[in-house]
Parts: sequence; C-alpha cells; structure tokens
Amino acid sequence: MTEHTVILRNVSKVYHQNTLAVQALTDINLDIPKKELACLSGPSGSGKSTLLNLIGGLDKPTSGEITVDGQRVDLLGKAELAALRLHKIGFVFQAYNLIPVLTARENIEFVMQLQGISAAERRARAMDILKEVDLTGLEDRRPGELSGGQQQRVAVARAIVSEPSLVLADEPTANLDSKTAQALMELLVHMNQEHNVTFLFSTHDRLVMDFSRRLIKLHDGRIVDDQRRT
Amino acid sequence: MTIVLRIAWRNLWRHARRTWLTASAIAFSAMLLVFMITLQLGSYDMMIDTTLRVYTGQMQVQRLGYKDKRQMRTTVPDAARLAERLRVATGLDAVAVRAQGFALASSVERSYGVPVIGVQPEFERGVSTLPHLVKTGRYLSDSRAQELVLGSALARNLKLALGDELTLLGSGKDGSVAATVLPVVGFFESGNPELDRRLVLMPLAVFQEVFAMGDDAHTIVITGPSYESIPLTNAKVSALIADQPELTVLDWDELVPGVKQLIQTDMVQNWITYIALIVIVTLSIMNTFLMNVLERTREFGIMLALGASPARLAALVMLESVFLTLLGLVIGIAVGGGIAVYYHFAGFSFPGMEEIYAQFGLPGVIHPKLSFASFTLGPAVIFVFTVLAALNPALRIRKLQPVEAIHAV
Repeated sequence: MTEHTVILRNVSKVYHQNTLAVQALTDINLDIPKKELACLSGPSGSGKSTLLNLIGGLDKPTSGEITVDGQRVDLLGKAELAALRLHKIGFVFQAYNLIPVLTARENIEFVMQLQGISAAERRARAMDILKEVDLTGLEDRRPGELSGGQQQRVAVARAIVSEPSLVLADEPTANLDSKTAQALMELLVHMNQEHNVTFLFSTHDRLVMDFSRRLIKLHDGRIVDDQRRT
Repeated sequence: MTIVLRIAWRNLWRHARRTWLTASAIAFSAMLLVFMITLQLGSYDMMIDTTLRVYTGQMQVQRLGYKDKRQMRTTVPDAARLAERLRVATGLDAVAVRAQGFALASSVERSYGVPVIGVQPEFERGVSTLPHLVKTGRYLSDSRAQELVLGSALARNLKLALGDELTLLGSGKDGSVAATVLPVVGFFESGNPELDRRLVLMPLAVFQEVFAMGDDAHTIVITGPSYESIPLTNAKVSALIADQPELTVLDWDELVPGVKQLIQTDMVQNWITYIALIVIVTLSIMNTFLMNVLERTREFGIMLALGASPARLAALVMLESVFLTLLGLVIGIAVGGGIAVYYHFAGFSFPGMEEIYAQFGLPGVIHPKLSFASFTLGPAVIFVFTVLAALNPALRIRKLQPVEAIHAV
C-alpha cells in the first residue's frame, strides 16, 4: 500500500474581506505519496499558495481534513503547528527568506537549534549540507553577500537539513534567472532523491513544472487537472 | 553564544544610528540618575551627620519614657560610670553624659525660661560640635568648673557680656529649689536658631549639685565614627544595658524624627521627577522597539514558518531590548559614576550654595555618596521600565499570523 505524506479531504478555504466572502479553495481532495516531487500550477489567484499554506500549517482550512505525515494539521493549536513545522516540514519561499543578520551556516543551523540539536552536531550537519548544495567556502557570508541563486541554495539546505517529511516551496525560482533556476531545480531533484523527502512546489514557471513528476493544476480554487509525468 | 542571542545582538546593529540614539537616551538618563542619586544620598548623609553632630549624637541611652515626657526624675542612675562602661564596650571615646533641667535665667536686665544642660566638657567635644562653635570666649573647662556657656542669641537677648553673671532658678530632682549664680565664659553660634536662642550649658558635676541629681543624669550621648556604624554600635550598647530594662537606646531617627521625615519627603519629590524623566525616555524607546518589530514582520513570519514559536520570537524581542538597555545603562553608569567619584573627592557645589547651606550650619559642598545602591538604583528602575516598554511589541509578535506576516512588505 502506498504511504502518503499529505492527504487532503474536502478542504475548503474562505477568506473574509470586510463583508465579502472570497472562496479561495473549494472541496480539494488530494493524496501526495512519500518521496513525491509534485507541482501546483495555475494562474494567479487560483489558490496555489493558499493550498501550500494550509498544508504547511501556516493557515487553517474553513472546512475539511488535512493530514501531514499522519498528523491532522487542521486540528492542531498554534504551538503544535509550530512543532509540526519545526520537525516535519521545510519551507522554501520566493526570495528574501533568510535571516539577514545570520551567516549562511547560521541560517541553516537556526532550525536545528530550535530542535535542540547540540552545537557540534549542528555545525557538522550544516557544513555537510552546504557542501551538498555547493556552497562550501561561503558559509560565513551573510545573505546580503550572496547572489539570489546562492541564497535559494541556502534556503533549500535549511529546509532539508532537519530531515523533514515534506518540503514546501512557494515559487522557488521566481526571482532567479533561467540558468540559476535550472541549477536550483536540479538541486531540488537531487535532494528529493538523496534525502527521500516529499517536495511540493507552487509555481508559474514552466521549468519547475518540467522537473516535477506530478503536475496538479488549480483554477478558481479547484483542482482541474492532476497528471503524473514520466 | 546561541543563535538566538546572536540574532538579538546583531539586530541592534542593523540600524546602528538608531541603536546609538536610543542607547544614548538610556545612557543619559542613567548617568543623570546615578549622579543625582549619589548627590541626593550624599546630601542626606551630610544633613544627618551635621544635624546629629551639632547636639543630638547618633544615639542616646535614656530611661524609658524620658523622650516623650522630660521629667527631672526620669534619670539614668550612675550615668558617668555607665558611660565609662559604654566607652570600653564600644571602643568609642565619643560617649558623653548629659543632664537637663529647666530654669529661669536672669541677667541684670532680663529673664527668660531656658533649658539648662549639664555636660561633660572633656567628652562633649566627641559628640557635639557646640564646643567648636564657641565664637566668643571659650568653652567649659572641666566638669567641675563653676561657669556657663550659652547661645549667642540668648546672650544678646539677656544683654550679657563675657564675664557677666547669670542667675539660674529652677527646681531640682527632689523638688527642692535649684538656684545658682555663675559667670558666662563663652557664647556659641551653631547656626541652629533653636539652640542659639535657648540653650545654657554648664558642667555636669555643677548641674548635678545644683539640681540635686546625685550621680544621675538624663542621657548618654554616643557618636560612632560613621553613619554606617550606627547599627553595630547600637547592638553593642543594647547588649550592655540589657540587664537594666528601665533603660533604652534610641537611634537618631527616633530622637529627631523630623530629619527622617524631611529626607523622606525630599526623596518622594525627587523620585517623581526621576520617574517623569524615565517615562519620557521609555516612550521613545517603546517607539524604537515598535518600529523595529514592524519593519521585521516578514522576517518574523519566516521564522514562524520555520517552526519558531511565537513565545520564542517574543523572547527574542525582549532580549534585544535587554541588550539595548544594558548597552545604554553600562555607558550611563560609567559616565555618571565617574562624575560621582570625581565630586565625591572634589566636593560638589554651585554658586550661592555655600551661603545658603551656611545658614543651616551645613558645609558648603556635598560629597556624593558612593555605594552599590546609589549606582544601581536609578539604572535598575530604567531597566524595569524599558523592559516593560518592550512588552508591547513582544506581545504583538505573539499575535502574528504566519501567512500575513510572510506576505508583509
């Protein structure tokens, strides 16, 4: 039987703007198996980011059930959600998602420190992952001293270093040139294979879709297509 | 250093100019408070010391009830011998016996009702500055000398000159008539109108004879080397008189409660000013912290997404405020403390101060009091207020929604 990292059942999300109710997601049912490399695509306002936020426990669904790695996310409180994100979910955002006052290595160590990992182990693991993302020698640079591509590599390293079950990446290539974006996607595919982590992207970028093994299309808050690619 | 500490410290320097401005405000208020409080405490010590040294002494042994009702018969028996034992027990020379009566003092031209004090001239110099404040003539020569010294204002009122005789008529301890005529050998000017206008001093032995006191007296005045030594001296004295339950030892604040009340009133007034200053500084600091948090909303959102708990982020903001406050306080204490140390040795004065203080018999300069409390009390209050100021932004973080925070500009 296939094990699933993410299971969504009848998930809906309604935002209230003043007196207006905006239906962001409607009746989403989705299973994402372990080690999947899936991509949410669709036009702006289709609900990609909303769905990613709900799966990541950054927001709560209006109705429906969300299960991540066997845990019902929609039932968790603030502190439990923080713990879930800390231990089971890694995030990569569009840009500017590193802590500016920390070096590349410290940014990677940050999550491990929250997890209570010892300083020596944190450092060793951070250096290993920096080597894996080809940033050896740049570990003491702060985000402002790194290129956009290098910053995204650090973000990927930070997302993966604590060995989560799931990495959520919201438009990871949005601010990168095509060459850098290609390199980043190759890195993410490599991480997916080497670390057995499930990846779920939201994107407009054709390149990201090309690298994904599963393409889930959203439109007006509904899944309109779900294709497995070879 | 943990990463959270590093984030807190480095965040201070993201806007170095802002940090320095805020730290300067804290430093300035801390410096001002350190100096003002050391000066204030120094002036209190000076006020207490000066007041006590003129006449009252730091503590007195009396018979129970004498302080509230000064009756001739409420005496300390064999007072001179007890005083000698106290000198030995405390190691202090400044232990002097006094007896007090009331008499009608008459010169050729005028009469006034005055308190008459019997003193031990040889020991009085240790507990009172009056012997040094005789501006005309001289002080009493010894315990048996048949002579008087009185306040200069009283002498003027009685129209007495040096060498004139003063007649004293009162009642003795046993109710008998106490009468004597003695020459005046000196006039003192203490700066205290109450003393200068009323007091008549005579040798103790003469007093005891005139007022039928036998070996009794009313008070034993004790003065230690410093204000700080009072509790220890008090303990020694109390231990020595423990076998005489009819006697009690009274500290200066019981003998002259007005001084303590004056100090307390002054303290309250000063602290109202200090708190106003601290509140103004705190509001500016609160503004800085709020800006700091609002600017970094997206960053906090990212941290929340990574799994940092809102409580940990609130703690981070509190930590930043602690670092900033400590930075300002260290500078403020160093500068304020430096100024206080300088004036502690050089003495602090301002134009006209000497004249004003001289009217009250006080020295013309204040020596700021250097103590742990005087250096830390003001900064500690600033610390509490600034940490409270950081609570508001810290609590805002606890309410942050990760999704909204991440998308904040």
